[in-house]
Amino acid sequence: MSLQRSSRRRLLLQAGAAAAVQVVVRPARAQEAPALATLVAQFAGPQKVRAGRVKLEIAQMVDNGNVVPMRVTVESPMTSADHVSEIAVFNEKNPQRDVARFQLGPRAGKVDVATRIRLATSQQLVALARMNDGTVWSDSVDVIVITAACLETTTAS
Amino acid sequence: MAARTLIQFPATARRGEAIQVRVTIAHGMESGFRPGMDGKPIPRDILRRFTCRYNGETVFGAELSPAIAANPFLSFHLVADQSGTLEFEWQGDRGFAQVERRPLQVA
Amino acid sequence: MRLRAAVLALLAASAWAAPGDARRSGFEDMGPATQAMQRDDAMNPAMLWAAEGEQLWARAPSASARSCAGCHGEPSSLRGVAARYPAWDEVLARPVDLSTRIDLCRQRHQGQPAWTAEHEELLALETLVGLQSRGLPIAPRPDPRLAPHVARGEALFRQRMGQLALSCAQCHEEHAGGKLAGSPIPQGHATGYPIYRLEWQGLGSLWRRVRGCMTGVRAEPFAAGSIEFTELELYLAARATGMPVETPAVRP
Repeated sequence: MSLQRSSRRRLLLQAGAAAAVQVVVRPARAQEAPALATLVAQFAGPQKVRAGRVKLEIAQMVDNGNVVPMRVTVESPMTSADHVSEIAVFNEKNPQRDVARFQLGPRAGKVDVATRIRLATSQQLVALARMNDGTVWSDSVDVIVITAACLETTTAS
Repeated sequence: MAARTLIQFPATARRGEAIQVRVTIAHGMESGFRPGMDGKPIPRDILRRFTCRYNGETVFGAELSPAIAANPFLSFHLVADQSGTLEFEWQGDRGFAQVERRPLQVA
Repeated sequence: MRLRAAVLALLAASAWAAPGDARRSGFEDMGPATQAMQRDDAMNPAMLWAAEGEQLWARAPSASARSCAGCHGEPSSLRGVAARYPAWDEVLARPVDLSTRIDLCRQRHQGQPAWTAEHEELLALETLVGLQSRGLPIAPRPDPRLAPHVARGEALFRQRMGQLALSCAQCHEEHAGGKLAGSPIPQGHATGYPIYRLEWQGLGSLWRRVRGCMTGVRAEPFAAGSIEFTELELYLAARATGMPVETPAVRP
């Protein structure tokens, strides 16, 4: 009786060990990136984030998430006394939250920056502008993405 | 081998005019999230930083992320005040560093 | 009465010409932001390849060979050429597309080995040459030797292929204007190749695009430069005759 139980226990332990070897360790990048609100709060620091002055332009329905034109403009005289010092754009659902940051100064003349970004899925984008007086202004856009970027295996296309 | 670039801004500008500068550089911007044929992510290889200097002074800077599309395009403005040189610098993973210079005529 | 009927018929026929032309370029199916990328050379990433093409054009590939410029002068001397391809090649006695023609030139007149399909430098030269025809109407030559190849190309366009047993015509004629996986289905006029395709985040040829389509229906893709592929491309050019060349186009 005891011999049977110990050999069954051995069998179960062996099976458990085999199962443990087959468990797949999830890679670190599969962990959730911080929430969009966290990144916005980090950028703003103690400042209140105010809506306005910033305009984030992206098509509401994009042709392809791999290349999405994006433009940020800010109403500002861009003088030494009154200018935008930094712009940050964050996303909600890509594998990581950063999109881009831009540093400007009075020599810019006007704030009208454009680039092309990748969007993994339909999501919200937020653009934040920090003025030289420390205030932080923002705009956000909800974008619909059908053909996604970032997460698809390379195909023979 | 230098990456191909497209750099466009007005060849001549009026003093005090805010001119538009548009640059594109050929770079795959491998995000680090795309699975390869073996299922493992292809390692990240992106451009991280772009700087534009006008007669030596930085007038525009950008920090790029994997969310920037391949062949990164940037458009920005700067106030033309005197003739000189615009310098465009890109830096990125795997020691990528490239500088392009173009003359700017200001009347 | 008969005269009136004849006049009405003529009017109806002319309605099928330019103003009533039902053909649409894929450009019309794109959003304004993507259209803006194509319209402005400072925003079109394909111009990276055109710029490279200009450099390759001027460079002799070896000490004993002439550069493209050595025979052709400026790239602008090839204005109109891309608009009439695929065209008949006397030596091979069959039609060839522009990509094959450029590579044949390199082999025959510069003593260079053949380039593989989608070779970056070949794409750069194809972009440069195609750009010289931008805005011109697509106009394959009415060469009687091409006629049987055009007919075979049309047969391929209408032939069901692959495990999904779909023909080009089923998507690009019957269902043009509809949607596939949320994206608009274009009529499939090859007006702008090589294209910068957003999906590829890079530039590629018509062959690459057709390979993607054929793989998509689980068919064995036609080999690059093959007579089948060239006939299909020739039919597409005939089908798009009169539409303006858009090379290098941007597409989603």
